[in-house]
Parts: sequence; C-alpha cells; structure tokens
Amino acid sequence: MIAIIDYGAGNIFSVKNALEHLGIDAKLTSDKSEIATADGMILPGVGAFGFAMEKLQESGLADIIKEQSTKKPLLGICLGMQLLFDKSYEFGEHEGLGLIHGYVDKIVAPDLVVPHMGWNKLEKQNICPMLENIGDESYVYFVHSYKAFCDDDSIAAYCEYGGKVPALVYDGKYVYGAQFHPEKSGDTGLAMLKSFAKICKEV
Amino acid sequence: MLAKRIIPCLDVRDGKVVKGVNFQGIREVGDPVECAEEYNSQGADEIVFYDITASHEGRGVFLDVVRETAKRVFVPLTVGGGIKTVDDIREALRAGADKVSVNSQAVQNPQLIKDGADIFGSQCICLGVDAKKTKSDGWTVFINGGRIDMQLDLIDWVKKAEQLGAGEICLNSIDTDGVRGGFDIPMLKEVVNAVKIPVIASGGAGKLSDFADAFLQTDCSAALAASLFHFKELTVSDVKTDCRSKGIIVR
Repeated sequence: MIAIIDYGAGNIFSVKNALEHLGIDAKLTSDKSEIATADGMILPGVGAFGFAMEKLQESGLADIIKEQSTKKPLLGICLGMQLLFDKSYEFGEHEGLGLIHGYVDKIVAPDLVVPHMGWNKLEKQNICPMLENIGDESYVYFVHSYKAFCDDDSIAAYCEYGGKVPALVYDGKYVYGAQFHPEKSGDTGLAMLKSFAKICKEV
Repeated sequence: MLAKRIIPCLDVRDGKVVKGVNFQGIREVGDPVECAEEYNSQGADEIVFYDITASHEGRGVFLDVVRETAKRVFVPLTVGGGIKTVDDIREALRAGADKVSVNSQAVQNPQLIKDGADIFGSQCICLGVDAKKTKSDGWTVFINGGRIDMQLDLIDWVKKAEQLGAGEICLNSIDTDGVRGGFDIPMLKEVVNAVKIPVIASGGAGKLSDFADAFLQTDCSAALAASLFHFKELTVSDVKTDCRSKGIIVR
C-alpha cells in the first residue's frame, strides 16, 4: 500500500484517483502507524509552503516523513516536492523537511508569465528509475510560482522556463520529487506513477 | 516553452451541461462527465466546470460531477461559479478541482482573492471576469452573469486582482460571448498588456481560425470555448492541428 499523506492542504484526491485508475493500492491517511507500515509514501500538496509546513509540524507528520524516508520511497508532488528542500521564501522564510539540499524561491523570468502554468517539455539530466519508460518528447503539466534551487546532481529532469526549472528531483536513494503534477499529465504522468509504485514494491 | 492551452468549458446546472446565448435562452446539451471524458480523449489541456445552479441541492450534485470526473479524467480541472468563501474553495479542491475561478464574489469581496491565495497559493486562484465595452476608451466589469454593471474599470480591476494574488485571469467578453464572431482581440490585448499573470481568452469562438488568431494577435496563454465543442462543430484536436500548422506550440 502507498500512503498518500493527508494534511489538509489542497487537491489530494486526484493523486488517489490516478493510482486507483492504475490499479495501485493507495490510501489517503494522516495515521502514523499506517504511514510506517506502507510500502511507500506520496506527499501531495497545492498551496502555500508556510501553511503546509505548519500543518505537517503541528500534526507530527513532518517527523514521521523524515524518519520513514530513510527506509522507503517518498514522492513529493508539486508543493510536496518543494517541501522536501531545506527552506522556502514563499510569503516569508520557512523551514522545510530538509531531505534534499536546496531552497525554494520565486521564479524570476522577466519576459515570461508567472505562475509557470501549463504543459512543458521534460529534459532529462540524470538517470532516475521514475524516468525509465519516458520518451524524449514528453510534456507534463506544471502549475507553480516558486521553484527549487539545487545542485544538478539532484535533478533527474528539468524544463526550460526563463532558465532551468527542476522538474523531477531525486536524492539517488528513496526521495523523489515532481514539481509537475503526474496525476494531471495524461499518459506520461500515469506512466511515472506506475514506475513509482513498482519502485515501492521492490524495496 | 509552454504549449498554448485549449480549454473546453462546461456550464453545469442540476447535473447537466447547459449552454446559453448572450447569458439568455439556456438549453441542456448533455452529461458533464461524459463530455469531459470526450474532451480528454480529444486532447483538451484543461477542463472548466462552471456551476450555474442557484440551489443548495444543486451545489451537491455539481460537486458530485466534479468528483466523478476526477476519477476518470487526468488533466487539470477548474471549478467556477458559487465560490463565495475560503471554505467553498476548499470544498471544490477536495472534490478534485485543481483550480477555482472566482468572479462576482471577488468583485464584491476582493479579500477572497487574497485569503484564497494565502491559504491555497496564487496558482489555484483564477479570476473570472465578465466585461463589456461601456465607454469609448474602455471596458467595465459586470457581475451576476453579466447582469450588473459595477462601473469598475476592467484594467484597474485586473491589476488589483493580480496584486491581491490572483494566479490567472479568465477574461470573458460579454460583447462577443455567444456571438461566434471570434474572441474580443482588443480587450484581450489590453488585459494581457496590463498584467503578468496568464490570461485565458473566453467568449466568441465561432470557427477554427479564431483560436489561432487569438494566439497570433495577442500573448494570451489559453483559449476557452463552450458551445463550439458541445455542439461538435469542432473538436479540440481540430483546433490544435490548425494552431500547429500556423507555428503555434501546442501539446
């Protein structure tokens, strides 16, 4: 079972719907023992960094995510991906989960519209198990105003939007983060979720 | 580089898709979930559900439609109509919407934009605007489905909404809506130039080339249509093929 962590921030059902559509066993939960016994974790999220982090800390979920991410796969999606980093400067300065080194800050692209919203093309940077079945002309759906700033080593794939935007990050072990929404990215996104579920089973 | 988006819009009343002309003369055109699935298979980049139900019971049915669609369609869904409070936003997102569109309520209570953006992020707050040319040098904002002129200058309003945290603007022209003579290019140009956030062209698509014209003549990010797609005069893939042949990047 994959635990989709429910902490009251945004659209979490679409992730579950996509996994169900793929026939993958998944459960929305904020229960620590369920998270501890799951094969893998997905940290979703649409919204503001500070508010989400506050919810995770208040509930004690931040600690369990940190602890479990050393033992089993974790996939952060959109805001959930941003929460993996050390800190964010969205509406003030907020501490993140610190699972991948780097920070989150506003996209600065003077000639382009922010938020970066819509379908953009993935450019592969490093080998990552989640990219195994993904072709070179793949578009995925983004909706965000902030992006990660991190080492190239952590970037599995990026897209171009007024500079490099980390799209899929990977710590080389258990922690994955998708800035885009795989659950909203048609067949490409569904293929990536399928790969993640396979990775969870193999651990 | 972002692909330009083609967005079909479904006006939903009592669980059925309906379509009016110039905000009057409403008729039913089908099942919303089936329509959404069809648009998804045609390559729609996003689907908008607009709740035109007045009753409390109707709201429940509407959210069920969103919930059911989200189980079958894996592209972004936007919900508009009936969003009055932060709780309404939360409820729509929990039903499976990715974004909400606020319109009349935001005009009457601009704080809704700021509160929504602070809690859920700017990216899921779309400002829907109905505007009409009411003076020689500009447009004013209307509310309640285009019935009440707020005598609020369109450009002042979109700039204010952007400052308050709106992440996107869906700009509907009352003058061109339902007329099928093409999008309101002059209005679109003014708004695109006034704000940095993405602008969706809405109201007036009547033929294939209207979409490419909006993308070629303005810097809008997306184009939305309802009746054209409902009545199966055109498919989303027809529109994309036409755009692609004119050098416009589409998915």
